[in-house]
Amino acid sequence: MTVFIIRRLMQAGVVVVLMSFIVFSGVFLVGDPVDILISDEADEEDRERAIAGLGLDKPFHIQYLLFLRNAVQGNLGDSFIFEEPALLLILERMPATFELALFALLLAVVIGIPLGMLAGLRPNSVTSKSIMTGSILGFSLPTFWVGIMMMMLFAVILGWLPSTGRGPTTTFLGLEVSFTSWEGIRYLLMPAINLSLFKLALVIRLTRAGTREVIHQDYIKFARAKGISGSRIVLVHLLKNILIPVVTVLGLEFGGLVAFSVVTETVFAWPGMGKLLIDSIGMLDRPVIVAYLMMIVFLFVVINLVVDILYSILDPRVRLQEMKA
Amino acid sequence: MNAAGSRPTLQVSHLQTSFMTKAGEVKAVDDISFSVHPGRVLGLVGESGSGKTVTGFSIMGLVDHPGRIVGGEIRFRGEDVVDATEQRWQQLRGNQIAMVFQDPMMTLNPVLRIDTQMIEAIRAHESVSRKEARQRARDALGQVGIPSPDERLKAYPHQFSGGMRQRVSIAIALLNKPDLIIADEPTTALDVTIQAQILYEAQKLCQETGTALIWITHDLSVIAGLADDVAVMYAGRIVEYGEVDDVLDRPLHPYTYGLIGSVPSRNRRGVPLHQIPGMTPSLLNLPPGCAFKTRCPHATDLCITAPEVSEPRGSGRLIRCHLPMSPTGSITELSGISAS
Amino acid sequence: MTNAGITDTPLTNPESVGESIQTPFRRFLEDFCENKIAVVSFVVVVTVVMIALFAPFIAPTDPYDLATVTVADKALSPGMTMLSGQVAYLGTDGSGRDLLSSIFYGLRISLTVGIGSGVIALAIGVVVGLSAAYFGGRTDALIMRLVDMQLSFPAILIALVLLVTLGKGVDKTLIALIVVQWAYYARTVRGSALVERNKEYIESAQCLALSKPRILFRHLFPNVVAPIIVVGTMQTAHAIALEATLSFLGLGMEQTEPSLGSLIANGFDYIHSGHYWITMYPGVALLVTIVSINLVGDQLRDVLNPRLQR
Repeated sequence: MTVFIIRRLMQAGVVVVLMSFIVFSGVFLVGDPVDILISDEADEEDRERAIAGLGLDKPFHIQYLLFLRNAVQGNLGDSFIFEEPALLLILERMPATFELALFALLLAVVIGIPLGMLAGLRPNSVTSKSIMTGSILGFSLPTFWVGIMMMMLFAVILGWLPSTGRGPTTTFLGLEVSFTSWEGIRYLLMPAINLSLFKLALVIRLTRAGTREVIHQDYIKFARAKGISGSRIVLVHLLKNILIPVVTVLGLEFGGLVAFSVVTETVFAWPGMGKLLIDSIGMLDRPVIVAYLMMIVFLFVVINLVVDILYSILDPRVRLQEMKA
Repeated sequence: MNAAGSRPTLQVSHLQTSFMTKAGEVKAVDDISFSVHPGRVLGLVGESGSGKTVTGFSIMGLVDHPGRIVGGEIRFRGEDVVDATEQRWQQLRGNQIAMVFQDPMMTLNPVLRIDTQMIEAIRAHESVSRKEARQRARDALGQVGIPSPDERLKAYPHQFSGGMRQRVSIAIALLNKPDLIIADEPTTALDVTIQAQILYEAQKLCQETGTALIWITHDLSVIAGLADDVAVMYAGRIVEYGEVDDVLDRPLHPYTYGLIGSVPSRNRRGVPLHQIPGMTPSLLNLPPGCAFKTRCPHATDLCITAPEVSEPRGSGRLIRCHLPMSPTGSITELSGISAS
Repeated sequence: MTNAGITDTPLTNPESVGESIQTPFRRFLEDFCENKIAVVSFVVVVTVVMIALFAPFIAPTDPYDLATVTVADKALSPGMTMLSGQVAYLGTDGSGRDLLSSIFYGLRISLTVGIGSGVIALAIGVVVGLSAAYFGGRTDALIMRLVDMQLSFPAILIALVLLVTLGKGVDKTLIALIVVQWAYYARTVRGSALVERNKEYIESAQCLALSKPRILFRHLFPNVVAPIIVVGTMQTAHAIALEATLSFLGLGMEQTEPSLGSLIANGFDYIHSGHYWITMYPGVALLVTIVSINLVGDQLRDVLNPRLQR
């Protein structure tokens, strides 16, 4: 098991370094790093000092190594606007983004799996067909526009839910979370539903396909031959077999949710990392931009790693195989 | 067949099961009748496609769309179960009628532990504590000869060999002490030695507990050692039915004759193996009249009409044939049949 | 034995001669048309493409002609008349531009970028995928490593990284979209090419000592077309949606060439004051386009899938 983890860690490390190289070279080769790392407001003297200080007059590979060294120490530059370390700014907003992404994931799973199973168990019924049509809509509709329409309907016209922002927060395990209060949930609801739509459609289709495949397997028939009740067959025999592929896909998709929250946070003015990014782009706060990109790539790789490990725990066949390997 | 006049555990009369496919109605089981008495073993023999597995599923009510039972009766201890509700079926299955499937690889759910799958079979029919159910599962595993049952209970199916998995399936079938067990080619995928063991234990079991057993197979040699009665199936119909020693010594139907003759041990060395010429016809394309006509060395114009079930005088057996073999002919005449 | 059958020979019957011409294409058409929804969607797609192509000719006004656009027409509701006397069927936006015309032009840009990037990505993907499948071995492993790595990242992330470093504009958006899409085409093509590669007709072509590129493109490629078509439609829909999302975020197209996404972004601020049409209608246009392409793609997938025997 440890060999497996180490191997995966090494792979993850390679990817992170590679991505940092791409981001860095992109910034260095395409944009002007002087512009990117030094505020436009600085005067001649400050500029010179900054250039020397940041090593911008040094050759490319030295700069990259400096960048890496700083990055590993957690120093990704200071924000022009807030005059705080960029990384800190991002970390402050991470709980909000994670809260949103987790809720969206939860919604997708809790609603999607039952719907998908239903569609899979009765493939030719009206219910199933409408669920499947709904799922096509789910991944076709452009998320941001649906969010705007939702806002229009539920906030502006009906006034049921607040249109933007995050609700009151409490501290939970050292993090600021908002789902602990009803008011907080009111703010969380629309953005979470909006973000979940795409994944919901995916979960429904996956679950339905899985159900249709598993239900014809011999072991299901054998369970029936034992006289096991229909509900137990669905909830235990079927579900556990479907869950494994669904969970794997979902785990990988969580990173996608965090990345995509950029859009939802912009629409609903949710104070997370994504909104910070877009604001920073608008305000040309380049260190924050670079810090965000590095952070998100890093996060992504970590999430994938965790999912891989979880998967091997969930599926007993994989676990034992890895152990033998 | 008529053991001490006791009520048969299972009585099947004129059963018909068909599959409604896009290409037409496939009569997988076309008017078969037989019965099994307590403590007796019935061997159901036939090639693949003869309808024997579908028969087994029909008796369990497990024929799935697009198939269904279209006619006949299945009486389990007197009760007609053809139209039984799903609820009634759930009460019967795994409890009074149990089935052992053919392929041990896919019969057990790969993501659930063995104890889960055994305990649920018990608790579906009786309210006992998990502990007690576990104990019974443990005993059942011991009964089928699986060593260190405690450890084995916690294991997953893929950690077992094929033979062990099949034993587990059999143990599951025995858990609730059913009155009827249907075993569908349970030893086909196994070693010969293990096969022999399982056969022996099956026989012992029936004698001890009075369980009726239907053993579905294509392998005549298995039947010879195990069964009391045998029914030979061909293209969805039973073509010969009688006590096993009788049928094997003096087969009356040309197909049975051919089957026995093609068993390797029955043939002489140096002489080409006897084969029944031709192939099983597709059930969509059965020849009119007797289904065996195209392969039968004795076929005549009479065989254009389908033969009814008849009992040749004095044989104590039922067959479907217009021209049964002579009851006095013995098996050594087989070498006289040409292979063309 | 009678002669009754001879006079009825089908060859003399003109109807059946016509029926015997069943080309694969005709069969494909028949299968496709079984699903009415897909047919309707296809018509919609064609309509949308026509609108996009002929936008300058069929739009009621030119929303980018600074001479005719006036702020006096600002935020008129759908159906009201503009200063020029033209009826604004879908209303006007915050700068007084006729929304219907803006949508037509916006469609033009959205589709150009979406389909354009798709076509180029397809070309690249096909070349890469075919090469990987044909040459196999280390080349294949290397290429697929690259492809897999890229595909493990969500499209939006890759697009974000690229556009943040490259900046706004049509060309940069195109580049970002191409980079996002090529890998998917490459993988699909390689997959089906691998299946085809082992078939006999490739061997015979090799025996004839045809050149490698010729084998690749004239023999292998035509048989790999079917999955490409399916993936292509779905990818195009995704590309259009992605471009819209990026433009909405302010990262994609410039303001001077607004795609549907930019139009939606422009209208966003107005929903609080009740001028909902400015953001809604461009969205509907986008929605209709994407959904119909997806529905067509879905049906194409069912029809072209050899495993679904009909």
